[in-house]
This record gives sequence, C-alpha cells and structure tokens, in this order.
Amino acid sequence: MTKEMNLEDRFQNYVDGENKVEPKDWMPEKYRKTLIRQISQHAHSEVVGMLPEANWITRAPSLRRKIALLAKVQDEAGHGLYLYSAAETLGADRQDLVADLLSGKAKYSSIFNYPTPTWADMGAIGWLVDGAAIANQVMLCRTSYGPYARAMVRICKEESFHQRQGYEITMTLAKGTPAQKKLAQDALNRWWWPSIMMFGPSDDNSPNSAQSMQWKIKRKSNDELRQEFIDKTVPQAEYLGLTIPDPDLKWNEETGHYNYGEIDWEEFYNVIKGNGKCNKQRLEARNKAHDEGAWVREAANAYAEKQAARKKNETHAA
Amino acid sequence: MSTKDNWKIWEVFIRSRNGLSHKHVGSLHAPDAEMAIKNARDVYTRRSEGISIWVIPSDAVTASSPDESEPLFTPADDKVYRHPTFYEIPDEIGHM
Ligand SMILES: [Fe+2]
Ligand SMILES: [Fe+2]
Repeated sequence: MTKEMNLEDRFQNYVDGENKVEPKDWMPEKYRKTLIRQISQHAHSEVVGMLPEANWITRAPSLRRKIALLAKVQDEAGHGLYLYSAAETLGADRQDLVADLLSGKAKYSSIFNYPTPTWADMGAIGWLVDGAAIANQVMLCRTSYGPYARAMVRICKEESFHQRQGYEITMTLAKGTPAQKKLAQDALNRWWWPSIMMFGPSDDNSPNSAQSMQWKIKRKSNDELRQEFIDKTVPQAEYLGLTIPDPDLKWNEETGHYNYGEIDWEEFYNVIKGNGKCNKQRLEARNKAHDEGAWVREAANAYAEKQAARKKNETHAA
Repeated sequence: MSTKDNWKIWEVFIRSRNGLSHKHVGSLHAPDAEMAIKNARDVYTRRSEGISIWVIPSDAVTASSPDESEPLFTPADDKVYRHPTFYEIPDEIGHM
C-alpha cells in the first residue's frame, strides 16, 4: 500500500510539474479509466455530431455551402478517429467502444439530440456548437495525457473553419430579407441554451471535476469555460443584430463578465436520460450505418486474408 | 467468413515535404497495408499535410521501456564535452 501511495504521489508531482503522461508510463487506474471514458465519449460525440448536419448536405442552398458542409462533416469523422486512437493507447478496444455507442450504453454530447429543422441551424451549429466545443478543446490541448493533447491540437487547427463557416451562414441570413433574419433568430433561440449547457453542470454539481482538475485532465472548470464562451459570443450576436434569448443577460462592469440567467438543468438531465427529441433517431441512424457497412468490412477482411495467404504460399514456394 | 474484424492497428508517418523526415502523426485501423495507406490519406492529409505516407503495424514497433529511461538516457546528461560550447575559442577567430 505504501508503495502504491508513493507511486500516486510521484504521479501527482510529475503532473504538477506540467509533464505529459505517455501511454507506457505508470498511471493510477482511475486516471486511466477516467480518460478512457472521457476520450471515448468525446469520440462518440464527433461521430454522432455528423448526423444533425448531414441532414442538410443534399439541401444546402449553394455549391459553396455544400462543399463547406461536406468538408466539415468529414472533419468530424476524422476527429472521431483521432480520439478512438487516443483511447486505444490506454488499452481500450475500439470495437468494444463502438459497440457501447451502438447499444446505447455509452454517452455522447447531448447537444446532438436536438433536431435541425431549418438551414439556419447549420449556421447556429457551426457558430455556437462548434464554438462551445472549441472553448473546451482549446483547454484540452493542455491536458496531461499526451496522446489526448496531441489529438486536440490537430482538432483545434481544423475546428476554426467550422465556426467561421457557421458564423458566415448566420450572418448571410441576418443581413438578408426579414424572413431570413427571422430564421437566423429562431435558430439562435433554439440553440443558445443547449449550447451553454454543453459545458456540463455548474461547478458545485460536478463531483468528478475536482479529481480531473487535480490530475490536470481538465484545466478549467465548467463554469469558467461557459463564462468565457458567453463573453466571446455576446458581441458576435450583437454585431449580427440578433438577440440572445436570455432576459437576464447583462454586462457586469465589476466582474468584467456577462451575467446570465438560470440554466434549466432539468432539461439537460432529461436529454441525457434519453428523452431528447432525437436520442432514438440518432442511435437508429448510427446502427443502420454500421449494419449497412458490414459487407464492406467483411469484404476488406476477406481480401486481406486472401492476400496474406497468397504471400505465405509465395514465400514457401521460393 | 470472419465476423469480428481482424483489422490491425497501424502507426502512420507522414513526410510533409521533400527534405523533411517522415514524422509520426497517429494511428488507425485497417485490414491490410494498402487500405492503411488509403485510410491514412483520408484521416491525416485532408489539408495537404503530406506528400508521402508510411504505415507500420503497431505490433512491429519495439519501444524502450519508461522504467529503463534512467540507465538509458542519463549517462548522456553529464557529457558536456560533446557540445560545442564546452570549448573555448577566442572571439577574434569568429564563428566556428
Ligand atoms: Fe470536431
Ligand atoms: Fe467541428
């Protein structure tokens, strides 16, 4: 036990010294488990996150918008792959992780359980949802686990176009006809609260946060990140002449931050529990895609096995 | 016919342009080397990050153990005479 404690102390010192933990280094079992859970949930979110936007690819209003949306959705697939790889460095098995997503056992970000009924939602998602994801991911570039941090650096480089294309879509609508402006405002009304919920429960209701902060997996608290995001986003909405749907939103001269209204956590937990508008639909879509891709995986397997057998015969013959 | 796939993990190395070494960028799953290259192209070079890709099965990599890092690497730490600044050359000689 003393030896174990010494290892944990040494680990904490190492992390406190801003050193990165690499796959083969000793780490507390709980650190490993926490990371596998967090990284795989993050990966699942990237993968499920493709669905709300995929809904609009074939109906994008111009070729310019269509290629941008396609490229963004393709990036999100890539983000999922970087993250599954990072989880694997901790000893997780990718097929198990994917199976947990498909069975509904694993969680992913609740934001993707909201529907995308109008084109303006593509603007709101890029601007707000990717914007909130960026705030979180920029912080995670400094996370203590090396492979996770490196995946985040790659992801952050790619994310900034996502947010910019979303803001551009929203701006085009906001500066358009009254009907278009109304679409943009309506999307902002529907996405604002879910977006600021993306940072998770407030600090006093986030029991696992303290340990994650101590291990430097997390570098900022949920409320800190949320405040950062709100402070950045309010002027962006003002520039567009759009109104953030929060009557309590007010600049606070003293703190140098915006005050904001009470978050409806009941809604948050309700969507997590599976009662969001699209929870069922998202899981069905993932399962359908997985099942319909089975023949591709089988064919690739069969081909690889055949090639390997042929190679073996050749070496034997030689 | 195999049902559970037996896709290996591959380590991916990319040369960003001629004159530079291939650099490790991450890993991916693929059934064989050919598919690994194709997947690597999609996953790691969507923004002209490379002009050449190497893929190597992860299980073919032998790594030094972190527990051995002291005996392996600390002997080099006290050999200052392996660095140019250890030697005193008068200023008049200029850059050497
Ligand atoms: Fe992403
Ligand atoms: Fe994104």
